[in-house]
Amino acid sequence: MSSELKALEKSIEEIAEIAKGFGLDFYPMRFEVCPAEIIYSFGAYGMPSRFTHWSFGKAYHKMKMQYDYNLSRIHEMVINSNPCYAFLLEGNSLIQNKLVVAHVLAHSDFFKNNVWFRKTNRDMMESMSAAAQRFHSYELQYGYEKVERFIDAVMAIQQHIDPHCYIKEAENKNCQCSCDRQQTPYDDLWNLDKEKNRSSECNCENNRLFPEVPQRDLMFFILEHAKDLEEWQKDIISVLRDEMFYFWPQMQTKIMNEGWASYWHLRIMREMDLDVQQSIEFAKMHAGVMQASTRNINPYLLGIKIFENIEKRWDNPSARERKLYQRPGGQGREKIFEVRTIDNDVSFIRNYLTKEIVDELDLYLYRKVGHEYKIVDKDWEQVRDEMVKNLTNCGVPYIDVINGDYGKRGELYLLHRYEGLELDVQHLEKTLEHVHLIWGRPVYLETKIDSKAVLFCYDGNAIAKKLI
Amino acid sequence: MVSGKVNFIVSKEDWSLHRKGELDQSRHREKVREAIKKNLAEIISEESIIMSDGKKVIRVPIRSLEEYRFRYDYRKQKHAGMGKGDSKVGDVVGSERQPAAPGMGGGAGEQAGVDYYETDVTIEEISEMVFEKLSLPDLQEKNEKKLAAKAIEFKDIRKKGLQGNIDRKRTLLEVLKRNALQGKPGVHGIKPEDLRYKTWETTYQYQSAAVVMAMMDTSGSMGPFEKYIARSFFFWMVRFLRSKYQQVEILFLAHHTDAKLVTEEEFFSKGESGGTRCSSVYRLALQLIEEKYNPRDYNIYAFHFSDGDNLSSDNELCVELVKELLNKCNLVGYGEIEGPYYYTGTLKTSYKQIEDKKFTLVSIRDKKGVYPALRAFFTDKRENGTVSMIQPFEQYAGE
Repeated sequence: MSSELKALEKSIEEIAEIAKGFGLDFYPMRFEVCPAEIIYSFGAYGMPSRFTHWSFGKAYHKMKMQYDYNLSRIHEMVINSNPCYAFLLEGNSLIQNKLVVAHVLAHSDFFKNNVWFRKTNRDMMESMSAAAQRFHSYELQYGYEKVERFIDAVMAIQQHIDPHCYIKEAENKNCQCSCDRQQTPYDDLWNLDKEKNRSSECNCENNRLFPEVPQRDLMFFILEHAKDLEEWQKDIISVLRDEMFYFWPQMQTKIMNEGWASYWHLRIMREMDLDVQQSIEFAKMHAGVMQASTRNINPYLLGIKIFENIEKRWDNPSARERKLYQRPGGQGREKIFEVRTIDNDVSFIRNYLTKEIVDELDLYLYRKVGHEYKIVDKDWEQVRDEMVKNLTNCGVPYIDVINGDYGKRGELYLLHRYEGLELDVQHLEKTLEHVHLIWGRPVYLETKIDSKAVLFCYDGNAIAKKLI
Repeated sequence: MVSGKVNFIVSKEDWSLHRKGELDQSRHREKVREAIKKNLAEIISEESIIMSDGKKVIRVPIRSLEEYRFRYDYRKQKHAGMGKGDSKVGDVVGSERQPAAPGMGGGAGEQAGVDYYETDVTIEEISEMVFEKLSLPDLQEKNEKKLAAKAIEFKDIRKKGLQGNIDRKRTLLEVLKRNALQGKPGVHGIKPEDLRYKTWETTYQYQSAAVVMAMMDTSGSMGPFEKYIARSFFFWMVRFLRSKYQQVEILFLAHHTDAKLVTEEEFFSKGESGGTRCSSVYRLALQLIEEKYNPRDYNIYAFHFSDGDNLSSDNELCVELVKELLNKCNLVGYGEIEGPYYYTGTLKTSYKQIEDKKFTLVSIRDKKGVYPALRAFFTDKRENGTVSMIQPFEQYAGE
């Protein structure tokens, strides 16, 4: 082992001790030093080993180009697995690596303890690389182009899973026949105490609705009910769906996770003995990570600010908070650990983004006005609510399967749960074509454009749309 | 190495065989090429190509390969951003058309919404795609001597061969040599081993003659846009002809009220002004044909680009002259560029009365029209052409 690696190992030991002292609880760690191209390919694929697809190549190319032009730099990549893998960029200086290691340990702690990761498959690396091999064998057997076209199609809808299916799993699975179908959004509340098992007594005419209740998990519905899928195609759908379940909690907690990691790398590094030179290098790197961006939210910056703000408010509550919420003070650390455990980005922003932070970070809302993007709102509550809205369902529109046998012809009818924001029509039309390729029969999507309900249909030849 | 207190390992492996990213990137690149092909019409009139001035590699912006999905309309959504502490309602944080700064300006990765992708392509690559489907239409066999499509050339002498190909001179020389070596000089007693045969090689001689006349209106009414379109067309035409055909002469004729023969450089760079009399350029073309390019010896093509804003009294004469040209040419093409002003009595309207299969008329409204114009002019309309004497190079390249 080179002296460089030895020095790194020694620092990791020190950093890990400090982190543990702070109460961080992480998985066993595997650190691997590797060259930029490797980190970029892991970044593009989301994993060290995943099936082959041109879109990963595109992402790789983009990342690599930005690296080559010195526009961005990924210092590390962490894999949510047990043991937890962390890849460090070859060429990082020792001080850079120290920061990265501290950062990574906090990520590992987050993966291990945040409740949204509870169901995550921690052996995903193995599953993915096994799937990659199977996909490769399909390419050999059915032809590269054919497999690629099918993956293209499945990727187009891979975000349409139901991430809460684990919660629903616990609910009863009995027939909710159509006479039980919800009349108001609160029906389920009234029914909580009722006897659930009534499927036997249900004889109404409409109980042949298919699916009986709208299905949010389009991937699963297609997997179960598309009629002409071959085994290899089902495998691809099922693999992509599983991978989405794996990535979803990460998408759901991006701001929190980066904020948490940044919060801790700062605190851990303060505990280390750094000389002047090293302190400057560290400060530079930290500042780089914390850069604001006019058209995006920097999750590192926003996340750390919110955690620090929570800590401050729970350590030194105002008189009103003391009285109203019975908050005694001095509970800052405890509180942020609790937040790290139970929140996701939506609840994190909704519950803890304060006016103080919005002002300090100069957050605003902008939108397209004419040919330009202009700031349209700076009111802190508006900013907060709009951010929550954009983060809801990871920013993916809700699409429900409401009929899998439309017109009694086995056609697929999807409904966009319109919540005030229109879909991108060009993408919608192209995506329908992809859905058609998988479903094998005409597919419909109902949505709203200019406040009018519009039905799009792709029948295999052309897109048709009509007002309904 | 597992540390005692904290469970961790540090390692550094050899990753040199890991090429997944590169491999998928090349697949992506392949798909980009397909996309370029689909968008040729848009790409070939890019300024970066027309003005490339011999530069080999150019950057063309193409709409990136989209990964389609159900998503919100970015342009109708409100987004959150971060200011520097002094932002106000009404401040502009970006514009729709972000300049594609050289070397990807800062924040290139920041834009969501429309995803443009710049890619390096060599002009050769694009040319290849453009020219794939083009050819000089209606080529005719002209002067027989000049046209030998597949020529047979005897180049080699061998000891075995066909009786009909006996090389008498070589055979006699062999006899002389043998007899001389044996001390009995003279030509006598031809033996089988003296026989020499000619063998042939197939060669291709493309000496067919074709002349293409590029005629362009350079009058005052031809604004920068119109000139740009005409020059884009001729840029590709010249490249196409030079790369695909060996023996094609290209003449550059510029005109306003008068026409003159100019050099290629002048043709592509010089601006002129003044009124327009299109007949002048047709007259010049006819005169050149008369003097130098006998239609019996040459395949003649004439292409004229104008904005159609001609001296109206001249239009009738133009029609007559075009008809005269049609008698001598394989094809006459006229491209009218529809500028921002709309003229009712353009040259095009007069040309509509010409009914001749050899006459092709196109109108171009925007940059995207250049490629269809090329296709319209350089597509052989006779599916199974009876004669195709001038063969494109690539057809024999592999033989």
